Formats: sequence, structure tokens, C-alpha cells
Amino acid sequence: MSRTVAGGQLGNVSRRRVLKAGLGASATGLLIRLTTPHVWAKTYPTMGTFPAGVQGKTAFAAGMFPLTGPYASLGQDERKGFELAIEHLNNGSPVTEAVPSLKNGGGVLGKKLEAGTADSQTQTNPAVQAATRFIDSNNAVVMTGAISSAIAVALEELGQRKKVIYMGDITASNATTGKNCQRFGFRLMPDNYMACQALAPVLSKQLGHNLKAAYLVPDYTFGTSLYTSLTQAFAKYGWTAATEQLAPIGTTDFTSYLLNIANSGADVVFNEMVGADEITSTKQAVQFGIMKKMKFVIPLMSPFIEKPLGPEVLGGMYGEVPWYWSVQETNPLAKAFVADFHKKFNYIPRYCAAICYTNMIMWADAVSRAGTYYPPEVIKALESGYQVDTIAGKVWFRDADHQGVAPAFILEGKTKAEIKGEADDYKLVEIVPGEKIMEPLQDNGCHMPSVDAA
Amino acid sequence: MPSTATLLSQAFSGFAFGTLLALMSSGLTIIFGTLGFVNFAHGAMFMLGAYAAFVVLTYTHSYIAALLAGAAVLLIVSVILERGLLQFFYARPPEDQLLVTFGLSVMLIEAIRYFFGSDSQRVSPPAWGDGIVDFGGLFYYPLYRVEVIGIAAAFLLAIYLLLYHTSVGLMVRAGIEDRLMVGLLGIDVRKIFLLVFAVGAMAAGVAGVIFAPLSAVIPDMGTPFLIQAFVVVVIGGLGSFGGAIVGGILVGVLLSVTTAFDPDWSQASIYLVMTLVLVLRPRGLFGAVGRI
Repeated sequence: MSRTVAGGQLGNVSRRRVLKAGLGASATGLLIRLTTPHVWAKTYPTMGTFPAGVQGKTAFAAGMFPLTGPYASLGQDERKGFELAIEHLNNGSPVTEAVPSLKNGGGVLGKKLEAGTADSQTQTNPAVQAATRFIDSNNAVVMTGAISSAIAVALEELGQRKKVIYMGDITASNATTGKNCQRFGFRLMPDNYMACQALAPVLSKQLGHNLKAAYLVPDYTFGTSLYTSLTQAFAKYGWTAATEQLAPIGTTDFTSYLLNIANSGADVVFNEMVGADEITSTKQAVQFGIMKKMKFVIPLMSPFIEKPLGPEVLGGMYGEVPWYWSVQETNPLAKAFVADFHKKFNYIPRYCAAICYTNMIMWADAVSRAGTYYPPEVIKALESGYQVDTIAGKVWFRDADHQGVAPAFILEGKTKAEIKGEADDYKLVEIVPGEKIMEPLQDNGCHMPSVDAA
Repeated sequence: MPSTATLLSQAFSGFAFGTLLALMSSGLTIIFGTLGFVNFAHGAMFMLGAYAAFVVLTYTHSYIAALLAGAAVLLIVSVILERGLLQFFYARPPEDQLLVTFGLSVMLIEAIRYFFGSDSQRVSPPAWGDGIVDFGGLFYYPLYRVEVIGIAAAFLLAIYLLLYHTSVGLMVRAGIEDRLMVGLLGIDVRKIFLLVFAVGAMAAGVAGVIFAPLSAVIPDMGTPFLIQAFVVVVIGGLGSFGGAIVGGILVGVLLSVTTAFDPDWSQASIYLVMTLVLVLRPRGLFGAVGRI
């Protein structure tokens, strides 16, 4: 009896305890299973380069940059930003340590990043071929690059097809996150719409209202999109378009376009060309004496135009860029980035490096927060609106179209007397917060495809 | 319909650019005519001329010195390349010749990128090229670009005199018409080849010097120029010096005047004309039958 009682008691107690303990243990086990990334990873289905790309000790990040061609100087800067990001993500830096999910360093989710870069030659085909090779042969888990919206759009389409996330760097065409938007494509920098919304108030205050503008437009998606955004933004101030001159990338002689502009009766010229084309067209316009008759504006200023054009052309000129290094005066992360970049590459980084760098941080943060490289989860983390402290301030992505909510920097060219040291070419007039200048979703034409859409 | 003043100004602008294109293309065409291969490194040679101008103008501010330097650099480079490499390819199949000059082009561009970087260099027009010319109130045109017509024409004239009024030129022209026969007559064809390659390369170099103040000076600057020069040579007739001049001016004027109507069609127009020429007169406007 006592035995029974004792046994029963013992048995009851122990059974209850065992059951409790057992339940507790399995619940804990389940919790551990649920929260341990590597266990999760095993439970996800195959998609794109997942899980093949993360089964080893490293994960492969692919960058397609224009290292030759008219956008080469921008592409070289961009590539260096990419390399520094990989280095910082692998070895830690003040910038990565400021992001909670990346605090521990040592790569992303314990995997060191391996970088592969290729020359896009400022052309779509080589960029897509290189990216395809990185995906098929190296199992790249993320792609970045492009200094041309034509290439960015092609790469995000490839990303959607191959199920590999693409972080678009220097691509301003509204189409990138507008009518061409892709579930696997993200674009951090302000698009043309945002840039023009930021620029129009400043510029119309400087130059006046009700002016006629002539446009020199690069003949591809970026140029025509910028033309639309400029005319739209400046219409508010009574500006009208006098002429639109479309010139292809790599045009050798712009004089015929400039003659048409000179004859158009415009008060202002918007030069939308990019990189070397921007320099060539501006040099030819200066020789034409256009600047004496009309106000000359480079609305989106390429980096590295300062030396060939000089302060006599750029002094007093307003323009928009997605980042400028003197922001380091108020942003300690930018200061750390500029210092590390300068140490490694011996010059002050421009926005191509900064945007590519920040894109990689944004992606790494999303992977770490998702706890997996499984693309749909990473996409969800990027779409969550989570704000990351970066070298451009707090930035995030809008979920519906994947447009970065990132600030636009308005610059004014310094005169010769004002320039003090290296890369001290512009005054930072204003940093316009991204959320104030976003294109309303109903206007941007994005019909976001699903993860599974080809 | 654009106004007469617009059309006139565009035609003049096209003519100005066309003379430069003619100088560039003349080098390409005489190399093809004599050596029998298309020099894909011609664009890179144009770029070398522009960089020579950049270096010399930075240190001396003398435009004449820059022109001389552009010619001298290309003379040296072309002699080294012809003697050291290209002469071994004369007897090789055309695809080998094409690949070797293409490879050379990549090497020259990347060598310059290695030393100067990808950023554009600063080259301004000479002080005597500063200003704007008023064409009777019809239109205005930058002074330097007017002067460019004269400079390019002077160099074209020099090449013309060399080719058509010297005994060396006679041998070159004979070489263009019939290489085998010239060799059989006991003329050292190798020397002729070297001379032609050097003159052709120098024409590209000088064109590069002249164009540097008008353009971003970057390692890749020669590539779009090379493509246009090819179009010129195909329209003018492969190997024809006169064809290069007429073709150059034609392409320049076409590029320019079409923008007065629709800038969209400007680039396409030259390829349309090239296609037309190829269909109606496959050897080009001034190409001789059986030269290729």
C-alpha cells in the first residue's frame, strides 16, 4: 500500500514531472530549433543558389561594374566601395558595428563573404553574361553593380529569373523601381523623381520662375526618365521645355545638339549626360559660349567631373547627388567610412563607392535579421521597413516598390577661391530626407511580381 | 522644317567634325590599303595622341609642341609595334590580324588606364582658340573648332603630298594596287609597310591631339571614334585616301544635319547610308574593283 501509495505518489509525481520536463524540453528544443538559423536553413526548399551557395564556409557576392567605357571612372569607384564593404563585413568596422544584426562581425551569419567582380564595359550584355557566370559557376547569393539604369534593369530581371537578390547601385531611372520593378531587385539611391523633387525648389529659387529649359538627354531609360521627372518637378515653378535633344552614350561630338539648343530660345540648359559624356558635352558647350547666353545646369552631377571641368565651370552650379563625403562632419559612420576608404585606396570616396558599400550593408543586415540566406526571407527582411543607420543616415526600403528611402544631397560647386583641399569641390547645401520626396506609389507604375514569377 | 540658319549651322558643324573624322579615317584606310588589314588599334592610337597632348600641354602649354608630341609618340609606338609584332602577321589569315590589332588596342588602353586611371584628364583649347566666330549673324561657332578645320586640312594635305607627289608615295600607291608586283620589281615592301603604318598611326595621333580639348580625355575615348572611322572608310571605299576625306565629311554632315530634324535618327543615319552604299556600290564610293 505504502509502496503503492509511495509508488503511486512517486509514480504520479514523477510521471507529472517527467511529462512537464518532457514537454518543457521539447518546447525548448522546438524553440531552439525555431531560432537557430542553421536548423531553419535546412528546412527551406531549394531556390536559386540557395542552399548550394551557403553550404561551404563562404558565401559569394558578385559585382558587375563598368571598369571600361565612358562610365569607367564611376565604376572603379563603385568597385572599391564593394571591396571595402566585403572587407568590413568580414572583419568588422565602426560602420558594421553600428548595425545591431552585424555587431558580431565575422561575415554574414557566420559565413565569410567572397567577392567576385567583372567589367560590364558600360554595356548590358557583358554585365548579364558575367552575372550569369557568377550565379551558375560560383553560386552567388547576391548581386550588385551597374552605373546605368539599362544595366540595372537587365540585372534585376536576371535576379528575378535566377532567384538571386540584386542590389542596384547607381541607377536613377524611375523604371528601376517603377514599371520594371522586380521582387528580387532593390534600389537604394534616390531615383530621378526624388532627385528632381529635391532640386527644383533650390534651383528655381536661384534661377527664377517661368523659364524655358532645353534638355540634352542620354538616349536610354535613365535619360528619358530624368527628362520626365525634371519637366514634372519644374512645371510647379512655371518652367517649360524648349527642346529635348537625345544623344547616345559615347557620343563624340555634341555640337549639333548644342546648336539646336542654342537656337531653341531657352533660358536654361539641363545637361543630363553622365560620366565622360557629361564632361565632353559640357566642354563643348563652354566653347560654344552657351553658358554666356543661358544658365547651364548639370542636374545629376557625376563624380570626377571636377578636375576636367574645373571650378570656372562648376562654381556656383547646383546639382543633386545621392551622397557626398562632407556629410562626415555630422555623421560619424561616414567619417569612419571615408577614413578607411582613404587609407585603403588613397583618395576620398565618391557616391558610387558609398552607395554600393551601403547596399551591401543593407543586404547583409537583412540576411542576418532573417537568420537565413533563403531569398524570400531576406526579401521580407528588406521589405520590412527596418531602418538601418548608415553613412547616409537612416535608410530603408519601401516595401511596395523596393525604392530606397534615402536622402538626396544638394550640392553647389565651389569657386576656385573656396576650394581648400582634396575633393573639396562642393558645398553641401541641403540633405533632403528621402521620405519627403518619394514618388506616390499610384504614379510609379510598379506591379511587383511574386517571388515565384519568372 | 528647320530654318535655313539652323541647317547651315548644322552643315558647317558637320563639315568641321568631318575634317577631323577624315584625318582619323585616312590613317585607317591607307593602312588597310597597303598592309591589307584593318587596324583595330587605330582608336587606341587616337587616344594615345590625346594623352600625349594632355601631358605636353600640362607642362609646356604649347599646342604646337602637343601636335609634334602626338605625332612623335605615335611614330615611336608604331615602329615598335610594326617591327616587333605586326610584321609577323602579314602572311597570317585575316582573323589573326584582326585579333592581334584588337588585342593591341586593349593593351594600349589598359596601359594608359594603369598609369593615368579612368578619370578624365583636363585639356583646354589653346588661348588662340578661345572665342566665338560670328558667321554673318546666321550662327555662331567656337573659334577653336573653326581652326580645327584648318589644322586637320593641313595634315591631310601633308599626307596627300607624301602619297601623290613623292616617289615613296608612288611606291605606296603601287603597293596598294598590287603588292606582289611591287615586291617583284625589287622594292623593299617591308620598308613601305613600316612607313605606311607609321604615317597612318601618326594621322590617328594628331587627330587625337586636335580632339583632346573638345572631349573627355579617358582611356576609352578612341572606341566610338574608331567605329565612326570604320563607317567612313566603308562608305569612302577601303584603301581610298580620297574616299576617306569625302566619306569623313559626308558622315560628319549627315550626323549633324539629321539632328536638326530628329536627333533620334542622327546616329542611325550614317549606318543607313553605309548600308545603302554597300548595297549599291559594295566597294564604296571611291574604292577600286578588286582591291580587297
